[in-house]
Amino acid sequence: MIEWTKMRTTTWTLLLVGALSAASTVEQVRAAGSMADVVQQVQPRMVKIYGAGGVRGLESYQSGLLLSAEGHILTVWSYVLDTDEIRVTLDDGRRFTAELVGADPVRELAVLKIDAEELPHFSLKSGATASAGTRVLAFSNLFGVATGNEQASVMRGVVAATTRLDARRGVYKTPYTGPAYVLDAVTNNPGAAGGALTDRRGRLLGLLGKELRSSQNDTWLNYALPIEHVREPVEAILTGKQRPDAKRSARRRPKAPHSLSGIGIVLVPDVLQRTPPYVDEVRADSPAAKAGLRRDDLILYVGDTLLRTCKTVQEEFGFLDRADEVRVTVMRDQQLIQINLPASKGK
Amino acid sequence: MTRIVGILVIVLTVSSLAAAPGVTVAPSVLKAEQDRIEVVQKASATVVAVFGAKGASGGGSGVVISPDGFALTNFHVSNPSGHHMKCGMADGVLYDTVIVGIDPTGDVALIKLFPPKDKPEYRFPYAELADSDKVRAGDWSFAIGNPFLLATDFRPTVSYGLISGVHRYQYPAGTLLEYADCIQTDAAINPGNSGGPLFDSQGRVIGIVGRGSFEKRGRVNVGVGYAISINQVKNFLGYLHSGRIVDHATLGATVSTDADGRVVVTDILEGCDAYRRGLRYDDEIVKFAGRDIRTVNAFKNALGIYPKDWRVPLTYRREGQTFDILVRLRGVHRTGELAAQALGKPKSSPKKKPGDKPKRPAPRPRLLKRSSKKSTPKVIVEHYQKRIGYANYFYNLQHRTRIWKAYTKQRDFTQFAGPWVLGGELQDGQQFRFRLSDEQAVAILPGGQSTVDVRSTLGSNLKPKGSGGLLAALHCWRRLLLVGPDRFGKVFYVGTMPDRGDGPMLDVLAAVNEGVECRLMFSVKTGQLKALEMTADEDADPCEIYFHNERLVDGRQLPHRLEVRHGDRIFGVFDLTQFELEKKVSP
Repeated sequence: MIEWTKMRTTTWTLLLVGALSAASTVEQVRAAGSMADVVQQVQPRMVKIYGAGGVRGLESYQSGLLLSAEGHILTVWSYVLDTDEIRVTLDDGRRFTAELVGADPVRELAVLKIDAEELPHFSLKSGATASAGTRVLAFSNLFGVATGNEQASVMRGVVAATTRLDARRGVYKTPYTGPAYVLDAVTNNPGAAGGALTDRRGRLLGLLGKELRSSQNDTWLNYALPIEHVREPVEAILTGKQRPDAKRSARRRPKAPHSLSGIGIVLVPDVLQRTPPYVDEVRADSPAAKAGLRRDDLILYVGDTLLRTCKTVQEEFGFLDRADEVRVTVMRDQQLIQINLPASKGK
Repeated sequence: MTRIVGILVIVLTVSSLAAAPGVTVAPSVLKAEQDRIEVVQKASATVVAVFGAKGASGGGSGVVISPDGFALTNFHVSNPSGHHMKCGMADGVLYDTVIVGIDPTGDVALIKLFPPKDKPEYRFPYAELADSDKVRAGDWSFAIGNPFLLATDFRPTVSYGLISGVHRYQYPAGTLLEYADCIQTDAAINPGNSGGPLFDSQGRVIGIVGRGSFEKRGRVNVGVGYAISINQVKNFLGYLHSGRIVDHATLGATVSTDADGRVVVTDILEGCDAYRRGLRYDDEIVKFAGRDIRTVNAFKNALGIYPKDWRVPLTYRREGQTFDILVRLRGVHRTGELAAQALGKPKSSPKKKPGDKPKRPAPRPRLLKRSSKKSTPKVIVEHYQKRIGYANYFYNLQHRTRIWKAYTKQRDFTQFAGPWVLGGELQDGQQFRFRLSDEQAVAILPGGQSTVDVRSTLGSNLKPKGSGGLLAALHCWRRLLLVGPDRFGKVFYVGTMPDRGDGPMLDVLAAVNEGVECRLMFSVKTGQLKALEMTADEDADPCEIYFHNERLVDGRQLPHRLEVRHGDRIFGVFDLTQFELEKKVSP
């Protein structure tokens, strides 16, 4: 608590200095190019993303930013992307259907791809780093206010702290436990996740995170994932390490494959077009039970393959040889847990 | 709250920093800071805290825009307060205030503050209005108002922030409180800020703050506030001065985006002006009021800033060909419907509604009930007149009287109650004559003679053919000149609108009698009658008479050319050379 207060004081002082220079910068910059010009440089790099959701409390939209001239888009991994038709609208109003290249559910990142060329974009390599006191801009399609060629919203703020989200474990339910910029502005409104955090020269600093609410006092955390911690997982996604089920190429079926029932897993009834693969039951004394799988676990990965529906999990097990161990990654109480299901003995 | 405290901390520390030994601050920095303080101080002096006068249950903010005390606020602030309000300013004085005009759809109200009794000549500090179309995302802005009704001494609260977006569209609740083409800011906007101004960095008003997106964060600022663009308010200002309940406009057509991303007409009323000018189902809207239209929101934004009855240019495309038309906009509401909706609703407190929808206007904070059972001050009684369809009929009458007085100054025809004969030549040299009397109106044109019995319903006899009712229109003009607005029928001040879309501003009077409605358009600058439009049927084109070449005839100004239009056609251009106006015939 003392530490926190101290930090707050530092932040205010920095804010003060920031405010002072803001006045002069604004004046000086007006001739050469104002903050409005910086904003206009960033805007063409922002996209609006539309997908699943739309029911009470779950918005069907989020934000994203362009990573390549060929239409790679960085955004957050969320239920919005849990659809066959992810739609993307560029800053100039052009609309595309996007393909999910891959996702990293641990860091809650996803990369989409649209079929386009010569797009203005951010580069992960040239991103900047911020520290407490850095004045920032946040770009996002908060509340879905912008449609078509209308521009993303821009807000101004200050990095209040750089910290690890796991410092708040149990308070904020998130699988991401890495470093984060905590911001003094309300940047993480509905639909803002996947937006860009830049410095006041428009250089990319981070990716606006999903909404996080404290279970202790109901306050909301405004934060962004620093871009240097996004770089590696995005590389991994781009090189195909985190394949989504949709991308699975034709594979040979083993003679004796695994099966869910053989391993002791009962998934929830597959009633929806895309039923999330929640474990409905783990048979007592089954290999799955012994390995530690539990009821209500959500299966995210089987091996390195990202799976999103009961159907694809079922199918995936059919490609795995019973003689091999199977590593599954599940989400349990917002924590990611790896479980090794043993090879099956006998026939 | 935190932000307000933050600003205070900054300001305090700045002064201490400047004085602290060993710390050097660049003079340009100190000057910029000083400039900003001055801008904020100047702007703060124009901001008002609005309260209902009788046992107020809440309040809001506003801004004075003229030295005689006219001020803007939100309709949702003025409405629960009643016609008599109290406005506190930064000087600590509470001024008696009356409602003038309301725009329930646009959530704007015009109010008027009165100087204190002992200073009748007092001039109010007032704010300059900016051109809000020049505002860009990334510009600095500040909102000043009375959030949470904090200021018991009426000195307002300042919150600083960035323009987050421009040309935003925020859906209405039903047909009211639509925020079209609004400005989004991350300056803190909280309950009580409603109706207050959003300033640019130079202290000019760019918008009227009135709502925010809150959703699940509770009803306090989350950095997403919206302001009605001041350019929209400027369009409505003349209407608001009329003391009426003013309406927004509709094209009479609905549009949506098709698969190719074009904005196309998906439905159109056959009676609307756009249809009569040629717009049809499936036509692509390319431009509206000078703006490129690429999204439905862009169209709603462009349309939402215009008052009913204005004429606006529209460009549409059909089969590769583009067409430019000038469209008369009709009202969103039917006559009487708006007044019923806007004023008929019971006062509702936001608390009472479960399942709060997002993006509703900032709620009004509650103020402790005061027992002010005093009678209404004299100045309010003198400046308020109740009448159905009006927010305050007093101001309508004021303007009607002003316009008519200015017009008839050199045009007093009241004694010429006998028949009028107007004659001359058409453009092709052929002769014409009009004979207007209390019984009938006659036109003798190269094509033949037409006669209208003006004692019966005028709207059913629109002669000569193709004119849309020129004789009825001329009769109304003569009759209004003879009997004046008091005895003509129902005559009221509409407000101001530009001449044919983009010309100079006109003061408009509406005169309703015998089934027709005449619109008389006077130059705001000179007081001259520029045009008269007579409508017999809202779904048909009016007869338009443009008055040109006014010259003195026997000490009275008379037009020497009448240009008559109907729909897209010019019916005729009448050059007048003969004026025989007879005085009242003795019985």
